[in-house]
Amino acid sequence: MWNKKRDDEYTPKPAGQPVHPAQDVKPEPASYASTSAPVKAPAAEPPRGVAAIGKSVIIKGNILSREDLWLDGEVEGTVEVPEHRLTIGPHAKLNAGIRAREVIVLGGVNGDVEAMEKIDIRKDAKLVGNIKTGGIIIEDGAYFKGSIDIIRSQEAAKPAVQPRPKEQPTATPVAAAVAVEQKR
Amino acid sequence: MFTDRWKRSETADARSHAASAIETSAHRNSDNSASPTKRRSSGLEQFFTHIRGEENLDLLDFSGASQANIEFITSMGHRLYSEDLIATLDFAFGGPDNYGKQLDPVHQQAFLAQNLNFKTRQFDGALLWDALEFLAPPLLPPMVDRLRDIMKPGAYMLALFHTEERCEAVPTWHYRIANGNTLLLAPRGSRRPAQHFSNRAVEKLFQDFDNVKFFLTRDSLREVIVKR
Repeated sequence: MWNKKRDDEYTPKPAGQPVHPAQDVKPEPASYASTSAPVKAPAAEPPRGVAAIGKSVIIKGNILSREDLWLDGEVEGTVEVPEHRLTIGPHAKLNAGIRAREVIVLGGVNGDVEAMEKIDIRKDAKLVGNIKTGGIIIEDGAYFKGSIDIIRSQEAAKPAVQPRPKEQPTATPVAAAVAVEQKR
Repeated sequence: MFTDRWKRSETADARSHAASAIETSAHRNSDNSASPTKRRSSGLEQFFTHIRGEENLDLLDFSGASQANIEFITSMGHRLYSEDLIATLDFAFGGPDNYGKQLDPVHQQAFLAQNLNFKTRQFDGALLWDALEFLAPPLLPPMVDRLRDIMKPGAYMLALFHTEERCEAVPTWHYRIANGNTLLLAPRGSRRPAQHFSNRAVEKLFQDFDNVKFFLTRDSLREVIVKR
């Protein structure tokens, strides 16, 4: 449930499909020609080797991850991914405070977000809350309501700390301190 | 220039601004397939002139978050509060031309309770764009009162009002700041304003503010700078 996707839970990816949800996206230029930003297609599935919480999972409580996390379920509480990347999937519904090194939003978030390096809000995402971040990218079509505070410090400009490689699929560092309900 | 006691509309300075042409594309239309339109804005220029040299201000932007506005304002060292008020109206009251629901007191109270409800926060400036035009008359005064509450004394607001007297559908835009005096208008369809705003109506709307300054333009958008 916390680990690599199961074959029956996700659709198989065709060869060559971009899998990294956190590839840098160029900021939308002011003189853009269309509302469809010419950026790489956002991944709708978690990449390999990333801890994943699927769309059928409902969590009430606190999530702490010590590696990159793909979160596509429902969460009420807090989500902390210090020194790593958090990707909020297209089916996600978060009513939670978020803190991570980097945040990519594809789904719905209601809560404050602190992304030390950057936050990337994709088209069709909906974020209501205050953002504190070192940098922000927001695609046309994304809905955002809240404040944006750019952290202008050396702390935010530090290069990303690379996560340690996963040791075993079962030895997940994701900790959820509360009961988890899984819809069938 | 502003004087603190002046509350009449002023056109002398505005005429000089109108002489510096408004660039509008001949292809501007209301469907989303059109490319963004470049538009020089004297009101925007005046707005940023008032906050020039200051940092760490809190600014409010009603056009919805955009990369252009975020980059421009935060690069000046300011914090930005962003909301797409027109989209918020649609969420709250259900789609464009939703003035019937806006007249419902229950919906009005719910809308006011959920929006611009800052307990202690105040702003140093606000970019209202044309959002106020799409509030039904009963909803407009409490919204303006709310703006007065959340704007610091001496803060400036930029608002736009269409000049057509007939309340027919007008093009609506995402207002993107290209630079300190230029906007890029990205089309977002058309919408019927709730009412027509004459100069007198705008003055009356902001009668509890310090002063109101109008900028004549060559297109159908009247620019207004309001000082709290």
